[in-house]
Amino acid sequence: MKYEMVAGFETHIELATNTKIFCSCTTEFGADSNTHCCPICIGLPGTLPKLNRQVVKYAIMAGLATNCEIANISKMDRKNYCYPDLPKAYQISQYDKPLCEHGYVQLSSGKKIRLTRIHIEEDAGKLIHKRGDTYVDYNRGGVPLIEIVSEPDIRSVEEAKEYVEKLQQIMRYIGISDCKMQEGSMRCDVNISVRPEGSEELGTRTEIKNMNSITFIGKAMEYEFGRQVDLIESGGKVEQQTLRYDDVTNTTSSMRGKEDANDYRYFRDPDLVTISVTDEEIDELRAKIPELPAQKKERYVNELGLNEKDAQNIAKYRNIAEFFESASDGVKNPKTVANFIIGQIFRRLETESDKEEFNIATTAEQLKELVKLIDDGKLKNNLAKSTLEKMLDTGKGVREFVSESDLAGMDENTLNDLCQKAVENNPKAVADYKNGKQKALKSIVGFVMKESRGRADAAAAEAKILDLIG
Amino acid sequence: MAEGKIKHYSDLLENKEISCKELTEKFLTEIESANKDLNAYVKVTPDTALETAKKVDEKLARGEKLSPLEGIPMTLKDNISTKGIETTCCSKILEGYTPIYNATVWETLSKNNAVLLGKTNMDEFAMGSSSETSYFGGAANPHNINHVAGGSSGGVASAVGGNIAVYGLGSDTGGSIRQPASFCGIVGLKPTYGAVSRFGLIAYASSFDQIGPITTTVEDSAIVFDAISDYDKMDSTSQGRKGTPTVDSLKNDIKGLKIGIPREYLEGIRDDVKLSIEKACEVYKSLGAEIVYFNLPALKYALPVYYILACAEASSNLGRYDGIRYGYRTDSYKDVNEMICKTRSEGFGDEVKRRILLGTYVLSAGYYDAYYKKAQNLRGSIVNAFKNAFASCDVILAPTVPMTAFEKGNAISVPIETYLTDICTVPVNIAGLPGVSIPCGFNDKGMPIGMQLIGDTFCESKILNAAWQYENAAGAEVFKASQYGVKL
Repeated sequence: MKYEMVAGFETHIELATNTKIFCSCTTEFGADSNTHCCPICIGLPGTLPKLNRQVVKYAIMAGLATNCEIANISKMDRKNYCYPDLPKAYQISQYDKPLCEHGYVQLSSGKKIRLTRIHIEEDAGKLIHKRGDTYVDYNRGGVPLIEIVSEPDIRSVEEAKEYVEKLQQIMRYIGISDCKMQEGSMRCDVNISVRPEGSEELGTRTEIKNMNSITFIGKAMEYEFGRQVDLIESGGKVEQQTLRYDDVTNTTSSMRGKEDANDYRYFRDPDLVTISVTDEEIDELRAKIPELPAQKKERYVNELGLNEKDAQNIAKYRNIAEFFESASDGVKNPKTVANFIIGQIFRRLETESDKEEFNIATTAEQLKELVKLIDDGKLKNNLAKSTLEKMLDTGKGVREFVSESDLAGMDENTLNDLCQKAVENNPKAVADYKNGKQKALKSIVGFVMKESRGRADAAAAEAKILDLIG
Repeated sequence: MAEGKIKHYSDLLENKEISCKELTEKFLTEIESANKDLNAYVKVTPDTALETAKKVDEKLARGEKLSPLEGIPMTLKDNISTKGIETTCCSKILEGYTPIYNATVWETLSKNNAVLLGKTNMDEFAMGSSSETSYFGGAANPHNINHVAGGSSGGVASAVGGNIAVYGLGSDTGGSIRQPASFCGIVGLKPTYGAVSRFGLIAYASSFDQIGPITTTVEDSAIVFDAISDYDKMDSTSQGRKGTPTVDSLKNDIKGLKIGIPREYLEGIRDDVKLSIEKACEVYKSLGAEIVYFNLPALKYALPVYYILACAEASSNLGRYDGIRYGYRTDSYKDVNEMICKTRSEGFGDEVKRRILLGTYVLSAGYYDAYYKKAQNLRGSIVNAFKNAFASCDVILAPTVPMTAFEKGNAISVPIETYLTDICTVPVNIAGLPGVSIPCGFNDKGMPIGMQLIGDTFCESKILNAAWQYENAAGAEVFKASQYGVKL
């Protein structure tokens, strides 16, 4: 029998606010343990939370960018459980009235992955195990999170990976999170079940907790899919449980079963007032949502003449897309700009985070100047390429490397003289060509190009040389 | 008429009849002797007090004017956070816990050079009606030390009633300011929910808790309330006082004032208490007020609603005491779970455990709808019932407690019966209303009787005005000072 994978995601994303969700401590990552704490975020007796409004705004932007309905009225609830990294013994979260509901993320196939809800909550601290002891670091406690819950609409590992990538791109685009999975600012819990292909019923699901890499998400899902199918095939039953994934052995193992599930005793947090958001506020936030990668890609293909793949690669990163758009504004052929980015510039940005940060020495204005010289026929492609390398090395503009005489082009006589010289200096190549070796012509033209430091028009030189030896 | 003590002491200081240092020392000396009987203070802070007194004397020496509460010796209930001064909620679990920040009310008062004499006794985590659930033993009633001072702010009431503090701040979740004030023959104001910041008040039940003054007179109550009722950005539920200072309207004429008495408040009330209430009505009639009786049937749900919701919130609020970061930690344990279990089992007293268990139960899956949710809905009905009541009367008059102060040991031996004695005080907390308890007589055993005036939200001026008028008109036999403390 063939089986189908059914998966849904719960994705936690740390918001890029300067301060924590209920106090004024910084959210900065990587400080010494317990230095970004105050009486409020370590829950000292008598302290009260005060909601950081920026968190509400960012969460609404996340909702708007994923096609959610935004609630005008919502509230904060307490999720009660006892763990040393949770200093109040409850997490302030949203239970039955989340800020955003009923959205979706569209995959490149056109399929929509529906979002049940997006709500805001506080992060917990971190346990650190060392020297045979356990320590608690509360720096992360109170860092604002959104939790994005999807419907079980995902049917394959590929869809799962694309879903996570799309979420990552969107959240980065709207500037509410850096979504760095390796630093934990984006973490996924995957709910996964299997069913015979064609069946409409949902199987019993398991939940793989705290995945922090897209590669591992794929591997864990493949493993868990296989495990569940094998179990059913051999007459067993999938048990509802929470799993952890071990990336060394590439297996999942049980953290707790259904019977150990916490009763969180949710109730409204009496320390916080109702969150009300007016339609005007929502409109203001909507106006702040930039054009998103999917729309940009479409526009690059339809209006700027890029191919699908290039358009997608550029649109994926907001910094690069913006660089591309301003460098190609007013040039004759935006594709030239795209080629420089994907060819030469990408070679310098090896990792995803390099591309995300997009730290290059050349400005969009400088690249535009270079491309305009090509547009005007003043600069030949070869020279342009080598010039761009120098620009990227130094941060200096095109004029630093290309002289007026370079740009003036080459007059008829000079070209004639150079071609004459090329023929005279390459008797072997001339003979080879005359003997039918077409390739030999290239090396004669190459001589001209080298002598002229790239200024000569290769096509004109070729014609001239043919005249001379033909 | 009872003389306002705050004004009296402030005048003595301003007129240089006594220095602040001398005044403070007098109180400290009296605390030393009286506290043996009263057990009102669980911690005395002479250094803090004398340091402040010195500042006040320097100010006076420079010829500067004092603000109303400057240099006045006072106390705080032990659940109000004081930076650098141990704050335990009279629980073993907070043994040795010294806050690193000030509660907003104390921040405000200490800036005004309030002279803090010490922290006062209370029921553990404010759960109780006699102060006897305190880890430090109960506080005694200054009118008869074989009786309790009431609770949970029993220490403040005992200290103020015993004249070893001019005033104090307590907290009132289900009657914890008004009931001990009533038992000790003094004035206790539970402000409107949101009028006074809760920041730094160690929570029992967050949607009920409110800090308020315990004083010997209504004027003092108004002075202290005016000083602490500011909007606080640290407390999202805070709104501050609405309107002019309450002190300004104390002497307003109450001719034509409609005083409502819900009949339910008089059911099951002991005869001596009922008699005093009836006498008070006569005083009000003589002042030109009108007494109207009506029914408030929603009140019959008040006690269960209160105990379900308050315990639910408490079960969550008290989850943080795990021995990891501060306070008591058990001596030996195998792992973190055992550490938390043992710490809590050893650190909390029986009454606190009882309420945590009850609260956990009513919030649990499968019981939530039957208890917590139903109680929330009924809370809404009680709020509306009061709203309607205030459409036809200005203030409500009711007994504060159905009886006078219990004898020591009675309250904790019968917890459920003791819960029932909160019947008259909890409705105000459920509805977030202001209520003030004032003395209205003594019974034949010499124990004080109190009555409360209840107003619509943010109508502190109205109830304090009505209270002041009664205080001014009632005979001296209603106000008898105890034998203890400073008399100047």
